[in-house]
Amino acid sequence: MTTAEKLAGEMRDDREPNILLRMWRNKDTRSVILQILTMALLFAFLAYIINNAVLNLAILGKTFSFEFLSFPASYDINQRLIEYTSQSTHFRAMLVGILNTALVAFFGIITATIVGFLFGIIRLSNNWIASHIVYCIIEFTRNVPVLLHILLMHGIIVHVLPSPRQAHSLADSIFLSNRGLTIPDPIIGEGLSYTVIAFFTAVGIIIAFAKWARKVRDESGKIYPVFWISVGILFGLPYLVFLLSGSPLSWEVPKLGRFNLKGGITMIPEFLALWLALSLYTSVFIAEIVRAGILAISKGQWEASQAVGLQRNRILQLVVIPQALRVIIPPLTSQYLNLTKNSSLAIAIGYMDIVATIGGISMMQTGKEMESMILVLSIYLCFSLVISAFMNWYNKRIKLVER
Amino acid sequence: MSPSETEKNPAVTEDGDYLPGTHPDLPPPVFSRGPIGWIRANLFGSATDAALTLLAAYALYSVIPFLVDWMFVDAAFEGESRKDCRAVAEGACWAFIGNRLSLFIYGFYPEPERWRVDLSFVLLILAIVPVLYDGMPQRGKAVIYSYLYPFIAAWLLVGGFGLEYVPTDQFGGLMLNIVIGVTGIAFSLPIGVVLALGRQSNLPIVRILCVTFIEIIRGVPLITLLFVAAVMLSYFVPPGTNFDLLVRVLIMVTLFASGYMAEVIRGGLQAIPNGQYEAADAMGLTYWKSMRLVVLPQALKISIPGIVNTFIALYKDTTLVIVIGRLDILGIGNSSLADTKWQGLSTEVYIFVALFFFFSCFSMSRYSLWLEKKLHTGH
Repeated sequence: MTTAEKLAGEMRDDREPNILLRMWRNKDTRSVILQILTMALLFAFLAYIINNAVLNLAILGKTFSFEFLSFPASYDINQRLIEYTSQSTHFRAMLVGILNTALVAFFGIITATIVGFLFGIIRLSNNWIASHIVYCIIEFTRNVPVLLHILLMHGIIVHVLPSPRQAHSLADSIFLSNRGLTIPDPIIGEGLSYTVIAFFTAVGIIIAFAKWARKVRDESGKIYPVFWISVGILFGLPYLVFLLSGSPLSWEVPKLGRFNLKGGITMIPEFLALWLALSLYTSVFIAEIVRAGILAISKGQWEASQAVGLQRNRILQLVVIPQALRVIIPPLTSQYLNLTKNSSLAIAIGYMDIVATIGGISMMQTGKEMESMILVLSIYLCFSLVISAFMNWYNKRIKLVER
Repeated sequence: MSPSETEKNPAVTEDGDYLPGTHPDLPPPVFSRGPIGWIRANLFGSATDAALTLLAAYALYSVIPFLVDWMFVDAAFEGESRKDCRAVAEGACWAFIGNRLSLFIYGFYPEPERWRVDLSFVLLILAIVPVLYDGMPQRGKAVIYSYLYPFIAAWLLVGGFGLEYVPTDQFGGLMLNIVIGVTGIAFSLPIGVVLALGRQSNLPIVRILCVTFIEIIRGVPLITLLFVAAVMLSYFVPPGTNFDLLVRVLIMVTLFASGYMAEVIRGGLQAIPNGQYEAADAMGLTYWKSMRLVVLPQALKISIPGIVNTFIALYKDTTLVIVIGRLDILGIGNSSLADTKWQGLSTEVYIFVALFFFFSCFSMSRYSLWLEKKLHTGH
């Protein structure tokens, strides 16, 4: 017997007699075993907690059903975008809550983006004093809990601002008081639809013009001032149609009543506080993201653009910002998501969002903790999925096309 | 030097110009050096810059004197009620904070037992030192103590085994923030590492489970998870079991933080080149050994800024317990505003709490910057 055969024989004899252990030592079978074990554990755990839930519900005499959504809610909501009275159903209350969350998230995202980009750019500017002021604002704001910002803002609006009779006013049509911000209410007259049509036509013209200008630029190198022409079309065309159709829009200006302002649209203090606090808190994070994004563009890009003779604003517009956006978009998305999720802190100041309606008063009234919480959690998941799907789409659109 | 010598200077051409490269050194013009040059370059570089500077200067001028006056000059530091404050000064009434300081720190913790809170603060500092400072002698042994610290502190604060039992609903103030924050930080890191590894795993079922868990946690606000802890979690334990609310909150906060931690660490794991994984395999290391010895040390080092950011966010989020009726430092401040003796002092309270959070979070982020620089070994 050669040595090799001897060795082979020994190895055969050394083979693990226990088939289970042998399977464990094989990488592929081991992974299957591990996954089966994981599944088994998971199902056992789920079965255990569901069983407990069923037992607990039975002891409390509760059932698991979403029927309560069609019962009258019998509580008031201080801000409603759709018709809602205390006789409306819990489902209606939930819709009002969802719309309130969406409203504050929408306005918050817009303001936070504008302020954030502004802060980020000032932070990078050569101006020593401005960039240091912004630095202090950023560091102070982001190191303080957002709940504190919301409470502080609410406290300032409710306690520091004057009563409606002494409200700060701008041109006697916009009033800021401890009851909120009151602005004139537009009254739509006949024929305003032409202006709306003109607006959408203008948007269409701008898109076509931008495409055409891009084509001309790519073919001949001739550059049109697309931005300013677009702004002109966007505002000019609807305004022209508006004037031609006889200015069919008037404003109901708020008037000072005995105790309160009458007429106009009022943004309640809760909305104002939440909107301003969330915008400020998120904008400082956006500012840091923008700064990092612009700094991430290497100096060579700037120098190369200067070498081909571009002006500074052209460099920013054509070279730096398109590249910086690729760095900025992913973290920006998570900031938008954070803002939306942070809007749930509304409950601390009494703004009626999802958590305060269905997860708060409705839940307390009906005792349907399980169902309400499941609804609230899934609504937030939907919000998150929609925002991240949109941003993923946008991110893909501006992604570097590699050849 | 006579004029004839200048004329003979070979570096000067007929019409008095210097040849290239022969110009004698002159100082830069007075407007582009020294303080004036600095001001021109940094404050008045262009028309927009000048406008911005003037605007900023005006803003500072209108805010800072007012703030200093309100906070220090015209402020009252002693008194028994708001009236006392107003009698002395028109500005801030810090007497309120001083009056309530022990409530801000200990919440409703029984007074004779407060030494236990103090002791656990001191022990906390001792436990943090070996974690933060790696030049410490005997660090290996000290870190074991740091691992044990959460359990020692739990015993000290809750009691039992010879100490008087203190129900957790008497926890409050700063102490509650620290309890939640430290627990979340201590337990979310290991759970986050496991979740991140699970998300990168080759086993599809493990991967799907981890992804689902992480995405659900990250998709919902912490406050809803706290509500779940308050009203829903007790349904999932066997009937009759008493499940302490603070423990439920701690579980939820830890899970929440570990979802975010997992994503931060995943970023670190993805930044490790594949060669490192393959090299560890080639050495014959098992999965866990290759992770522990090769991959994780590098991945965690890269993720330090993200980890510290998650800690800071978690620490700030501890204020949210207010929505389920637990009074942390912010909650104590908020609820003491209802005292008729001290009404209308919300600004003072919020500024005090804000400054407290600012100093703790700002020092954390400075530490992370320092650590980042120190660990940056330059590749």
